[in-house]
Amino acid sequence: MSWAPAFLSNPERFMAFSRWAAPLFGLIAVGLGVWGLWLGFNVPDDYQQGQTVRIMFIHVPAAWICMFIYVCLAVASFLSLIFRHALADAAAQAAAPLGAAFTFLALVTGALWGRPMWGAYWVWDARLTSVLVLFLIYLAYIALRASLDDETKASRAAAILALVGAINLPIIKYSVEWWNTLHQGASVFRADGPTLAPVFLWPLLIMGVAYLAAFGSLWLVRIRGEVWKRRAEAAAMRTARG
Amino acid sequence: MNRLVALLARETALAWGRGGGPMVAVAFYAGVATFLPLAIGPEPTRLAAIAPGAAWVALALASLLSLERLFERDYEDGALDQLVLSPAPLELTCLIKCLGQWMANGAPLALAAPVAAIGLGADPASAPLTLACALLGGLAFAFLGGIGAALSLGARRGGLLTAVIVLPLFVPPIIFGGGALDAFAAGLPWTGGFALLGAYALATVAVGPIAMAAACRNALS
Amino acid sequence: MIRTLTIEDAALRRGGRLLFEGVSLTLQAGQACALTGPNGSGKTSLLRAVAGLVRLEGGAIGFGDVDPHDARGGGLHFVTHADGLKPARTAAEELAFWSRWCGGSEATAQAAAEALELVPLLRLEVRRLSAGQRRRLTMARLLAAPRGLWLLDEPLSPLDARWRETFGSLMRRHLAEGGLILAAVHDPLPIPTLSLELPA
Repeated sequence: MSWAPAFLSNPERFMAFSRWAAPLFGLIAVGLGVWGLWLGFNVPDDYQQGQTVRIMFIHVPAAWICMFIYVCLAVASFLSLIFRHALADAAAQAAAPLGAAFTFLALVTGALWGRPMWGAYWVWDARLTSVLVLFLIYLAYIALRASLDDETKASRAAAILALVGAINLPIIKYSVEWWNTLHQGASVFRADGPTLAPVFLWPLLIMGVAYLAAFGSLWLVRIRGEVWKRRAEAAAMRTARG
Repeated sequence: MNRLVALLARETALAWGRGGGPMVAVAFYAGVATFLPLAIGPEPTRLAAIAPGAAWVALALASLLSLERLFERDYEDGALDQLVLSPAPLELTCLIKCLGQWMANGAPLALAAPVAAIGLGADPASAPLTLACALLGGLAFAFLGGIGAALSLGARRGGLLTAVIVLPLFVPPIIFGGGALDAFAAGLPWTGGFALLGAYALATVAVGPIAMAAACRNALS
Repeated sequence: MIRTLTIEDAALRRGGRLLFEGVSLTLQAGQACALTGPNGSGKTSLLRAVAGLVRLEGGAIGFGDVDPHDARGGGLHFVTHADGLKPARTAAEELAFWSRWCGGSEATAQAAAEALELVPLLRLEVRRLSAGQRRRLTMARLLAAPRGLWLLDEPLSPLDARWRETFGSLMRRHLAEGGLILAAVHDPLPIPTLSLELPA
């Protein structure tokens, strides 16, 4: 554990750090979000997609971040499993609902975007399908955690599942892409292809950073909440013992 | 080695008897396969188009149902304690348990798979490939299901939870096997999907027991 | 073979509750210890900790010069009411499997069945056995595959007076052969023991 940043592995220092970092990230998220959306709503209409291209600025960063959150979840799970580190466990527990929420946002905005683009709310595009499977894995993680009464066992079982999911996700992504080439279905519009014009790219990147900051802020707030909850429970146990 | 052979024999016998054994799984499989024409309509062309895929999905569900109590009984009656207190590594013990499950449940289900597919209107020529896919896929399903069963030990609503955990993990074998069967039905090269299914099944056999053993130790602690 | 069991300053926490702390014990070859304490004081948990199934919150458990991994993987027997016997299998199948799993042979399993008068029961399914008969079937493991340390959880409770006596003489023989016994009990054991009481 010695190699882990001391300010993150020590709960006191973490609380001191997150106390100012969480609001700061929140401010960055709001500022960049407003800026990115303003830029996004002022881009010229896409010659192909018209107005609807603007959903991209909400959808694509959500799709980026939900994968990133899973990486965070897996790393936190690994640390809590190997080093039995309580803070890493709190971080994993706090990350999962956020990941599910961002994944849900990506799915919903993807569906809303799909309606004008593909003429259907849902098409079995490879990208959408892997995001859907990712959503199911988040749900499985949350369900497993909620169904085990013993908190220590719940956190370790959930951590094992998070790591199994982490090994599987690249395979799932590959298999879904393989499946998609097998069944040439709807024409797939590549929203984030390399041909994206800079006028679209900048707001997209700004929104990406805004989402990242929003996740960082919410994550820290949720970890703090988790630490407080556990401290309160420990105090209650001590009182009960008398 | 001696004790592992004994364990395999015991696990196969127990899986054979557990909750009615393979007959129940096969009956469930037949029931789902019967539902499909009832829901979709009896036109042969329409059914034939979905037959291999439908038989494949029903197989995954049937394997899942028989798996949920793979570790539960041993956990509740103390056998898991005794299995841990042994010179044999728990990973190997978990591997043997899943193999026994596969021999007692996966193999009979695999034998039923071509029958279901042909009943739904698949080309009889596809029967050998369906059987081979069902055998390999059943191996992957057994080992992935074992992870879910071990993780949900001691949980409220264990069976449903096992399904929720395992279904997302079933995506790659479902795709690879379904792809191979679909390609065969369409007269396209099918070896790619089949090879991927085999590779995936072997990978679950190699990696799955590590997760299962960790989950079992955690549940006992 | 385990010749020593040392528990040093052990503390154990279950579901957030501290069961006990500062528990120490040294057990040498030929010694037995009766572990007492009210319900919920952590007797079974301490046995499970010695068996390596549960992690201690603090303190240490040692087995003399035997590596803890080897001690737990084949150096000790752990007998509880959760006996791992499957109701639908016959007593003979279960005895044969568990004695082989613990490292015994067919001959030692047969000898154990004779010593515990299980032979007439062997053809029955386990669900037909009484609690005392099941316990004797479980104890057959102890004889079929000799191991140094016996961890027993309420070993006498399902047995009648005659079998308590017989089990007492089996325990005496185990101790005479240099074995160790740590038993969680409510009633005293029919053999001389050290005692360790867990507080409420």
